[in-house]
Order: sequence, then structure tokens, then C-alpha cells
Amino acid sequence: MYKITTKQVLTPVTKLMTVEAPLVARKAEPGQFVIVRVSGSGERIPLTIADFDRGAGTITLVFQEVGYTTRLLGTKEEGDSILDVVGPLGVPAELMSQGRVVCVGGGVGVAPVYPKAKALHEAGVEVISIIGARSYDLLIMEDMMRAVSRQLYVCTDDGSFGYHGFVSGKLQELLASGEQFDEVIAVGPLPMMRATVEVTRPLGIKTLVSLNPIMVDGTGMCGACRVTVGGKTKFCCVDGPMFDGHQVDFAEAIRRSQMYLEEEKTALHRCGCQGGDA
Amino acid sequence: MAERQGRVKMPAQPASERVRNFNEVNLGFDAELARQEALRCIQCKKPLCIQGCPVRVKIPEFIQLIVDGDFMGAARTIKETNNLPAICGRVCPQEEQCEKVCILGKRFEPVAIGRLERFAADWELRQGVEPPRLPERRPGKVAVVGAGPAGLTCAGDLALRGYEVTIFEALHAPGGVLIYGIPEFRLPKAIVKAEVDYVLSLGVKLETNVIIGRTLTVDDLFLEGYDAVFLGTGAGLPKFMNIPGENLNGVYSANEWLTRTNLMKAYQFPEWDTPVRAGQRVAVVGGGNVAMDAVRCALRLGAEEATIVYRRSRQEMPARAEEVDHAEHEGVQFKFLCNPTRILGNDRGWVTGIECIRMELGEPDASGRRRPVEVQGSEFVLDVDTVVMALGTNPNPIVVQTTPGLTAHRWGGLVVDEAGLTSKEAVWAGGDAVTGSATVILAMGAGKTAAEAIMKYLEGKYQA
Repeated sequence: MYKITTKQVLTPVTKLMTVEAPLVARKAEPGQFVIVRVSGSGERIPLTIADFDRGAGTITLVFQEVGYTTRLLGTKEEGDSILDVVGPLGVPAELMSQGRVVCVGGGVGVAPVYPKAKALHEAGVEVISIIGARSYDLLIMEDMMRAVSRQLYVCTDDGSFGYHGFVSGKLQELLASGEQFDEVIAVGPLPMMRATVEVTRPLGIKTLVSLNPIMVDGTGMCGACRVTVGGKTKFCCVDGPMFDGHQVDFAEAIRRSQMYLEEEKTALHRCGCQGGDA
Repeated sequence: MAERQGRVKMPAQPASERVRNFNEVNLGFDAELARQEALRCIQCKKPLCIQGCPVRVKIPEFIQLIVDGDFMGAARTIKETNNLPAICGRVCPQEEQCEKVCILGKRFEPVAIGRLERFAADWELRQGVEPPRLPERRPGKVAVVGAGPAGLTCAGDLALRGYEVTIFEALHAPGGVLIYGIPEFRLPKAIVKAEVDYVLSLGVKLETNVIIGRTLTVDDLFLEGYDAVFLGTGAGLPKFMNIPGENLNGVYSANEWLTRTNLMKAYQFPEWDTPVRAGQRVAVVGGGNVAMDAVRCALRLGAEEATIVYRRSRQEMPARAEEVDHAEHEGVQFKFLCNPTRILGNDRGWVTGIECIRMELGEPDASGRRRPVEVQGSEFVLDVDTVVMALGTNPNPIVVQTTPGLTAHRWGGLVVDEAGLTSKEAVWAGGDAVTGSATVILAMGAGKTAAEAIMKYLEGKYQA
């Protein structure tokens, strides 16, 4: 059992939890994730490690309530426990130690981008961050991102705050104004990452994305998480989750992410809750 | 003696019924049937059957105890060398091992050793297992990686000799392939739990949710005071064919298909949270036991048609004959001498069919089986909405990548000597991590061999 030590409601559909998992905290690196199981009859779902505190033996999880299991997790309070937390899984991100890097986070994707921005910042890299959400009240971790960024741009789809438009649009604007970057790291919903890599592709700027496909065991056994990268099948849980975004087959990834939409509806119907698709 | 000729029939759920449930197919002998079958054993002076068993169960001895009506004694005799008898009695390929060399088999059918083993083990489980008295603690602390057949056997043997053992398991529950892979209808999970509990009752500690290579490394284990490590990490990445369409929605590896169905209980969705897309027409590609498990799960999950696609003929199928028979009785169709060439999908990316080419058998290959050769222009399409690839696995790369000094073959299997010692000092390995996809009992045999070697190593270390 893994105790929840703090819980914050970041937006109506996004929650942050700090969880006691000393062994995971000791080894965690930016880019890695854990597999979580909330109940005895529960699914195994991957969640990115948004932050870790080796001294306190805790990891931070940020999740959006998109389906049955994330909703169930969202009902847990401080002092409650999560049944299973295993990790850290995946290959740690290979981060630059100098230069100028843009960290792009869309929606709940700001959470996985944060540990990378933080590590880059601590290594002395100039971090420019672009974060966004559909609306300003759905934006998460703005202050945390500001603290590790030389410059932070906020975007909202509805124009309720900052740049009116997508994060990829803001990136395009910066590049058009002549800004130079050594690398882009983009994490968020698949369409957002796809739009971002199309912005950087013509300029040949290396762009890393972090994929979050459906997983079962998460340890390299089941193959549910396969993605096509550079024309080859990769297993996201052991080969990823970070890949060269220009090589990723996003159309396939989007299609595969929708494999259980029907079953997800059944599960949500059963628990009497509606899916938050924000 | 006429009754020696044929073995006692195993009571089973009728095919028409069992295909609609996940309950165990074989119901097991009762005491009377068990004694009848046990009486068939001629108690050879030099029993070949023991030689045929990878863990050297004292077969004639336990069978005689069944004849004598001492069923608990029979179970205890088996357990002298086998910590998991109710599991082995169900899933060992006895026809390739102990029963293959049974003298009776030369003229009649061999003694049904596996069924008798199962009977004795089940009897003991029903009566309540008393853990044996353990010897005094010996100096030496061993970390076992993976709570599958290899790891459980290794851990149990070491604990029985007085060593302190901790098993580290990556999943949330122990059992490895016994719980994620082999379906309930062939190996009930309550049986696995009972036998895992027996191993734990020997004093073995279990840490779930620990991935060696990520949560802790092998070197961390030594730093934490373990003297020796056994790696029984099991199957890894599933193999695919690298044909077009394998990433379409509706294509599964057998590992995923079975893990969802068995470990995560997808057949009880939505009471259990994990779904599986069973489809109406399922093709399973492969001819091993895993393929049989997958195809039989498909029927139980509600598929109207479930078909095995195998590139060789029935004779070359590596699956146990009993499993193939069971599948056939349940209505599984077999397309022999067919090999998939691509998987077809609709514009939304879901499987609509599998294109296969007919094969014919040519000259024997390295495995001694006749090599299948394509018949040019013989392609045809099977209309299916789900495809399961049961082609075996490659060992998990995580431990090798994170353990300096550990050598693997190019295909991923760990390099070991005959006792299971790896290239790294005080690290042994066995099971699928060494051999690639093999059987439960071979993994157990490897766990046992390594346990012996580890005991010798620890004796030497603490004598000095």
C-alpha cells in the first residue's frame, strides 16, 4: 500500500497527489513513469512521475480524470492509500546540459513536462516554456513551471488568458520571430504533440515527445503499448516513453489510443459517472 | 492383467458446457479412480520415470502410497522434490517426460503419472497443508527475482534448507506465467495461490511491485546484504511477424490477450475493470500451448469462431496433444500449413481479415521438423476481427541493460553454465529468461538446479 500524503485539486478534472513510494523516489529520473492499480479488481494504468523527493521518499502524480480508473483514483484523499505503485519504469529522458530548450506542455501534459524542465533548468540550460489548456481555469502547474523557466508563455484555446490559441501556434510564432532553439520537448494530448512536431519539422529542430499509450503490465511483457517510430515497432514501456517526435506515427498512435472507447463508456456508466473529457 | 491396458479416464466438463465458462476443464480423479490408476503401475525396480522428471519426483513411491490409501503420504513424498505439485500435475507435459519413458507405455498406455500427482496434491490441499518442520537457519541470504515457476522452486528449495530468501516480483501478485498466462480453466488461480502460500509458509518473503533493474538493481541487492541472486525473470517482449497490419486495432500478442483475460480477469468485465476486445471471429497464429490457451479463451470470451493458423501441419505442433484435443472438441478450427502474410484493416484501423499463404512441407530444418515452404500464388483471406499472435517471446531486456557484468546471447537469453551460474559472480538464472519460451517444469528444474548450486556457494562462503 502506498500512502497519499498530500492531495491538491488543480482543476475540476485534474488532481495532484504526493505518494509515499521510497524505492521509486530513490531511483526516479525525469521522463519515467509508474504503473498504478487503485483497487483489487482494478486496471493497471501508467502515470508519469511529475516530481520526486528522494529525501521524503515521495513521488508526485498528476492526473486528469478521463476514465473510470482515474476517476476512482480521484476519490482517494490524503491519508488513503493506493493499492499498487510500481516503477520507475521507462528509459529516463536524455536531457541536454547546455543550450536553449523549449518545453511545451498541453493540458495534463504540463505535469510530465515539468520534471524535464526542472532538470534542464538545474543543469543550467535556458528553458523557455509554453504551456496551455482549453481554458485558463483548466491550466495546471503555472507557478511551478514559471519557477524553472527563463520565460513562460501561457496559451488558452478560448483566449481566457495569455496567447489565444494552441501551444503549437505560440511555438510557431516564436520561431517566426527569429527565436533559436536547440531542442523542443513536447508533452500533451496526441493531436497537440502532432501539431508541435509539424511546426519544428521544416526547421529540423530536434523534438522529443513523451507517449502515453495503453499499457497492461508496463514492464515489457504484453506489447499493448507498441508504437511505430521511424517505421519500426517500439514498445513504449521499455523503449520509451520519449521518442523523436518527427519519427512517430501519430495517426496510428491516436487510433490505438481509442481501442477501448466503448468499454470505457461501459465502465463509466457502471460507476454512474460521466467521463470528463476536458 | 487386463486393467493395465488402458488408463482411467479423466472426468471433464462436457465441451458444450465448458466452452461457455472459465471453470476448470479437467475435474480430477476421486479416491477410487486414483487407486484404480495407481494400481496400473508395475513398480519398476529401476524406474525410468524418475529420470524423465526434471525435478526427480519419487514417482513409484508416491504411486504406491496412493495404492495403499495414504494420500497425504503420497503428497508429502512428491513435495520432497517438488514444491508445486498441484500445478505440475495440471500443466507439465508428462507425455514428453515421465510418462514418455514409462515401461507400461511400450505395450499399453503409460501410467497417468501427472493425474495421480494432481490427485495427491489436491487431496493434501483439501485436507489442509501442514508446512514441514524447517531446519535451523543457515547463514546466507538469497534474493530471487521473479515469483514464477523458476523463482518459486528456487526459493522453496533454499528455504527448506534453512536459508533466508526474499522473492522480488514485478507484478502486483505472485505466480508469473501461472497467473498471467495459463488460463483459469486449465490451472485455477486458487490452486496457484495455495501453492504460492505453501512456499511462503516455508519462510520465504515476498516483495511485489519491485522491478529488478528499475526499482532496485542487482548490484543494489548485494549492497543490501544479499549473498546470492537468482534471476527468474521469465518471458519478455512478445514476438511479432513483422508483416503489414500488425499494429491495427484488434491485433494482440498472446501475452497481452492472456494477461488481460487471466491476471486482470477481463472475462469478468465490467465487474473487473480491465477489458479485452474478444471479437466475433478470432484467429490465433501459432501452434504451441500458449496458442491453444489463447484460442480457447477466445471461445469462452464469446467469439463465434476461433481458428488456429499454423504454418506447419498438425504433427509438428508443439502444443500438448491433450490441449489440442480439448480445443478441437470445443469447436476450435485449425488451418494447418497456412502462414499469415498481412493483416487487413478498415478505414478506421480495425482488423477485418488476415491474408494467409498456403505452405507445404519441405526438407527437415535445424529443429528436425520439416520446413514449411510457401506455395506461390496460394494467398487467401480469412475474415476475422481479432488476431492474436502466439509466436513466443524474447527475454525481458531490463535486467541485462542495468546489470554490469551480465552477459546475454544476441537473442536476449542470459548466458549460464550447466548449474545456472551467469557471467556475474553470485548471480544465477533459469527459466524463460535463459531458454526463451519453454515450459513450467523446465523452469522449475532450472530453479532447482540453481538452488543446489547456490547452497554449495553459500556453504563455501560461510565455512571460510
